[in-house]
Amino acid sequence: MTTMSHPHTPADVQELIEIVRSASAAHTRLQVMGGGSKRGIGFPNRQTSLISMTKFDRIIDYDPHELVITVGAGARLAAVQALLAKHEQMLAFEPCDFAAAIGEPHGATTIGGVVGAGFAGSRRVSAGNVRDHMLGFTAVSGRGDEFVAGGRVVKNVTGYDLPKLMCGSWGQLAILTQLTLKVLPRPRVTITLDALDLGEDDAFAAMIRAARSQCEVAAAAHLPRGMLDEHSHTLVRLEGFGPSVEARAAALAELLREARLARVNADDSAAAWSAIPAGLMRDSARADEVLWRIVIPSTAGARLCASLRELESRYCADWAGGLVWARTPAALTADKLRSLAEECGGHATMLSAPHAYRASAPALHPEPPAIAALTRRVKIAFDPAGILDPQRFATGEA
Amino acid sequence: MTICLPALDPDVLARRDAISAALRAIVPDGVLTDPVTLRAYECDGFTAYRQLPMLVVLPENTAQVSAILRYCDDHGVKVVPRGAGTSLSGGALPLGDAVLLGMARFNRILSIDYELGTAVVQPGVTNLAVTRAVEGQGFYYAPDPSSQIACSIGGNVAENSGGVHCLKYGLTTNNVLGVEMVLMNGEVVRLGGNTLEPRGLDLLGVVVGSEGLLGVVTEVTVRLLRAPQTARAMLVGFPSVESAGQCVADVIAAGIIPAGMEMMDEPAIHAAEAFVHAGYPLDVKALLIIEVDGSQAECSHLAAEIVAIANRNAATCVRVSTNETERMKFWAGRKAAFPAAGRIAPDYLCMDGTIPRRRLPEVLRRISELSTRHDLPVANVFHAGDGNLHPLILYDANQPGQLERAEQFGNDILRVCVEVGGVLTGEHGVGIEKRDLMPVMFTAVDLEHQQRMKCAFDPQLLLNPGKVFPQLHRCAELGRMHVHGGAVPHPELPRF
Repeated sequence: MTTMSHPHTPADVQELIEIVRSASAAHTRLQVMGGGSKRGIGFPNRQTSLISMTKFDRIIDYDPHELVITVGAGARLAAVQALLAKHEQMLAFEPCDFAAAIGEPHGATTIGGVVGAGFAGSRRVSAGNVRDHMLGFTAVSGRGDEFVAGGRVVKNVTGYDLPKLMCGSWGQLAILTQLTLKVLPRPRVTITLDALDLGEDDAFAAMIRAARSQCEVAAAAHLPRGMLDEHSHTLVRLEGFGPSVEARAAALAELLREARLARVNADDSAAAWSAIPAGLMRDSARADEVLWRIVIPSTAGARLCASLRELESRYCADWAGGLVWARTPAALTADKLRSLAEECGGHATMLSAPHAYRASAPALHPEPPAIAALTRRVKIAFDPAGILDPQRFATGEA
Repeated sequence: MTICLPALDPDVLARRDAISAALRAIVPDGVLTDPVTLRAYECDGFTAYRQLPMLVVLPENTAQVSAILRYCDDHGVKVVPRGAGTSLSGGALPLGDAVLLGMARFNRILSIDYELGTAVVQPGVTNLAVTRAVEGQGFYYAPDPSSQIACSIGGNVAENSGGVHCLKYGLTTNNVLGVEMVLMNGEVVRLGGNTLEPRGLDLLGVVVGSEGLLGVVTEVTVRLLRAPQTARAMLVGFPSVESAGQCVADVIAAGIIPAGMEMMDEPAIHAAEAFVHAGYPLDVKALLIIEVDGSQAECSHLAAEIVAIANRNAATCVRVSTNETERMKFWAGRKAAFPAAGRIAPDYLCMDGTIPRRRLPEVLRRISELSTRHDLPVANVFHAGDGNLHPLILYDANQPGQLERAEQFGNDILRVCVEVGGVLTGEHGVGIEKRDLMPVMFTAVDLEHQQRMKCAFDPQLLLNPGKVFPQLHRCAELGRMHVHGGAVPHPELPRF
């Protein structure tokens, strides 16, 4: 997908600045990379040099009492999570380990990659998105200048909230070198309740009822038949202190009496949640399929999934129905899939697809003209020379 | 009066009648020019600075806002947007040569979707009105700034307002899913929507908290939360600030994120108690109000844990609310802390820095030293859970030099906040109040990266100029590139 086989591996900010400025002078383009699991997202055959951020892997500052951690952008997600776990803390947005999700070797995902893509996991419904935990950063913009924004405390409104803008910016505005994230205490107790073989409409309705109840649901997902085993599973997760979780589990079982919720043991629970979306990849033999991540209002989840079934696609739903991962046949065009997502009030990101299909449509859902123009002006503000991989999602702007 | 505003543009002032006629053609019944009427708009909640606007326009729909902004953009007229005017940092302070765009007529709740947990509201709706509209169905809107009875959702979006419960439930930015917004050129755009992840760049994330510099919000989609089953407040007194600070740290270390965790120092306790008689202990050096919410089981469990932690930290007074009346009474003193300060001094300045919590005792000691040096008393209230300080500097504006001393004192406090690793403002915004301190926290290069965002939204810098950034840089000047070998790369790209 890229032309340079040897990525730049800057050891410090000064080297990174030199690389960016040289690229600017030489009219070449740069693609920033963490673990590399998301390199397949975007148009193929772009002319870019890779910058690997793996040397920016330090834990720079972590004081558990402050609920804040500052790390190098290249720090491994697994290493950060292990450190936090030692102090009974976590990244509450439950970062999506994308490498694991698409069946690549586990463990290479970096924090910078998580932030660059902005993919939160199942706990999004209760704990917020990646952007809700991103407090500050240091970066080198496309201008070759180092700059900071945000802060290192949990509450801050000083200046524009550029840290949020960086989440999901795919390295197209600036190359993050350090970032400060909010962390939270890990729940003492986690219980997963499972309803087996609900009808699809009942499953989505149950998730929404649970999410809107007073039971403080941490996550709710639906795995159709074949994802985990021969049953469909509608999962609701409760977290917190023991007595509270028990009381809420009882209340939820009563609220969703007809769903006959059963408690899942810890191992099965972990396996079930990590099957989102990995369960879709279990029979990855069919190379002519396309993997999509579709974000919609949760109340449209059942409708979207019914359409996907008719189109011979497989799917699973997270975020109480507000996030659908789908594997669709390549015969279903990106335009068709996207108009379906739009009819449901949402948008779709193409995560993996056969080469020709990737070349046929941008990976990110196209924006309305006014927003596309505004986005272009924002990108030019950070990267006036267009060196930060501007063709990844759009052909028209470079 | 040490803060300067941009110089008046005599050319615009000379066109005042033509401008007001043009705006009257857009909003026939909503243009105010009479100096007596304009007086009502001369300041916001940051009352130390006052300035009459050139004129006020009060649109009632998005098309009018769009037409007004397009006219002003075409004719080089500055615009200052205003919600309910409760900003504590001067975000809505008028400019003498600018149109003040009041959004008070946008006062309708447009739709509520309980299944999805969202409400679509106009920006002039008050914060509390959203909760009032949905509480019958067991829902509420989480951000609860102290001014919630008066402040508007549009203003909350502009300032990214917080409140005592944002420790657990987040600031405005964490509770807004989408906005309709008018750019300075009159273009109407929608950012975000009603999904849990935006499409494309998170421009909404930048717009929230942009202090009226990027666009005028005309519709807001907020997230509604299910109201907790119950809530309990605890009132805990300590013999020292250090022991109170340690108690806060220990609560967090125990894995507990309370719904709210507030601290008051001795002067603040005494002022509040004299004002509302909340039953606060007067023989303590620091008071914590800690609230937990959720199921009955959750509240009982957490209250017991917190009481045990408080006792381990030498608390001399521990009371747990047993009913709603008592809970509200515990809060009454804290919520009245600002007006209580207003009773013991003719004027006060409310500061808003955030610090790493572990530095609290040191910062309070230094604030006390600064109080002696500037010879002005101070009372401290703060959101202890997230380290957001609100020192209230007491002064008398009628005494020559006191306002300037109070401002110096406040600036010194904020410098201390930044020095210990904190920030200038946790929830009140930069506005004009902290504008000139921005270089304490950011380099020129940092600020240029922020100001180029402004250029992407408002290239002529006509929207709320003179706020947030200490220097106005023309966008062309900010757009300059490092030129290597005499050539700008990619000359085909449009530039400012």
